[in-house]
Amino acid sequence: MKPQKARFTEPLALTCGVTLPGFELAYETYGELNAARSNAVLVPHALNASHHVAGTYADEPGNLGWWDNMVGPGKPLDTNRFFVIGVNNLGGCHGSTGPMSPNPATGKPWGGEFPVVTVEDWVQAQARLADHLDIEVFAAVMGGSLGAMQSLQWTLAFPDRIRHALVIAAAPKLSAQNIAFNEVARQAITTDPDFHDGHYYEHGVVPRMGLRLARMLGHITYLSDDAMMEKFGRTLRSGSLGFNFDIDFEIESYLRYQGDKFSTYFDANTYLRITKALDYFDPAAGFGEDLSAAMARAKAAFLVISFTSDWRFAPARSREIVRALLDNRRVVSYLEIDAPHGHDAFLMEDERYMNAVRAYFGNIEL
Amino acid sequence: MTDSDKALLARRPDLATIAQWVKPDARLLDLGCGDGMLLRYLWKERGAQGYGVEIDDAKVGACVQNDVNVLQMNLESGLETFQDRSFDYVILSQTLQAVRHTEDIVREMVRVGREAIVSFPNFGHWSGRLQVMKGRMPVSESLPHQWYNTPNLHLCTIADFEDLAAKLGVRILERVVLHKGEAVSFMPNLFGSLAVYRCAAG
Repeated sequence: MKPQKARFTEPLALTCGVTLPGFELAYETYGELNAARSNAVLVPHALNASHHVAGTYADEPGNLGWWDNMVGPGKPLDTNRFFVIGVNNLGGCHGSTGPMSPNPATGKPWGGEFPVVTVEDWVQAQARLADHLDIEVFAAVMGGSLGAMQSLQWTLAFPDRIRHALVIAAAPKLSAQNIAFNEVARQAITTDPDFHDGHYYEHGVVPRMGLRLARMLGHITYLSDDAMMEKFGRTLRSGSLGFNFDIDFEIESYLRYQGDKFSTYFDANTYLRITKALDYFDPAAGFGEDLSAAMARAKAAFLVISFTSDWRFAPARSREIVRALLDNRRVVSYLEIDAPHGHDAFLMEDERYMNAVRAYFGNIEL
Repeated sequence: MTDSDKALLARRPDLATIAQWVKPDARLLDLGCGDGMLLRYLWKERGAQGYGVEIDDAKVGACVQNDVNVLQMNLESGLETFQDRSFDYVILSQTLQAVRHTEDIVREMVRVGREAIVSFPNFGHWSGRLQVMKGRMPVSESLPHQWYNTPNLHLCTIADFEDLAAKLGVRILERVVLHKGEAVSFMPNLFGSLAVYRCAAG
């Protein structure tokens, strides 16, 4: 398995008003598309992941796909039965057209000029990929967190092109607190002296300190208080207090490590745009904030899953989606998994969660 | 009827009655739906579209396995997710005796459903009365647990339930009392072991 690229020459009108003259999407596929072309499943990514959903590359045996415990041969989303597609979103930094790509108008990287993209735009671009692969209808679109918003958006933008939506650790829109966290992350990046209004490529620098802080903050919101206490407690790194501002506690070491690692591979301009896409997503906005009215278009069957310790997108947020679906008499099941890991639970092994996804896919007729 | 359906009916004798009452293509909400077999049966037999409400992880998982819509929620904390009269029938099959907030749930059932269907083991059955006379807590086919491990909180007799319905302003539309799957019409509170009611808001 190796990443592929699809080039689209038809212009794409974005929500923000800008029209991209053309674009590329990096994607990967797993399993075989059946003769009826009825077994395709799209797995959009959340904040920091990519099209590399499962497995490893021959030349990079250590680079395991971000949802490898869920997707693969014999896994809950079984690639022996389904044809699974991972795609890097527009504005991303893993091969799809984004801020690092050349702006056709100038020949230089877009940098800070790359348009602010939305979940709606991503789904439009993904539909172009589906056309490219000659897939008329997806058996399912499955996503967690921001990926779940794309799954939801698919049911609204293309109600006839998606049969099942798996909406995991989701919210129908961000709360003020969610937006607040994103804004702190963005401020960390944009106030970094190396940011240069997003044109840092030209300066040969990266706003690493900002990106690092943004990631550290993110990690705090992905874990529950209990999970963090369980994992790190108040354990001291060197056994005693240092009485300085170096690392005392293991949690500090963990956050610094995660921040450092992230700042070496992720693009700050992409991070800014992805957090904006999260903030802007609000399918009920055009319906007087009536989510039930907004969801009336959806025809897919839904499996909605939340995790009790997820305080970022708490179960109550998933229940809003469930309620809107019930109001529209849609086919829906809802699981509230009592897992301790917080928002990150959607990426973790949990027998109940895995078994439910497995059983759900098992009942999808091809 | 398949063998598994027969086994199901033997295990859940109220089911045949409920299936008779449920109109074709009705919308159902089954509270405490277990593995979803009642919904599956009514879906196959009556084309009824339904959702189950269940709290237990294993049972919720079984519902997904059985391709039944299930909502993992605590019915004790109310049915606020559901709009008024959004279902044709709200079913509480052999669960009434195990709920904590009995009055609230009965009230909510007739709010959310045009009709409520309730079944419960009749504590007034003669065998139970006899065991109490002998100085023992009743144990029977319909009440299989010992006093120390029973999940039941609020056992009642047919007369008791009808008093509660009257108190809550719930109208009883129909009643079927069963024993070993057969209808009991003579002194049902003494000879019936399972009561099935169809009710609506007053």
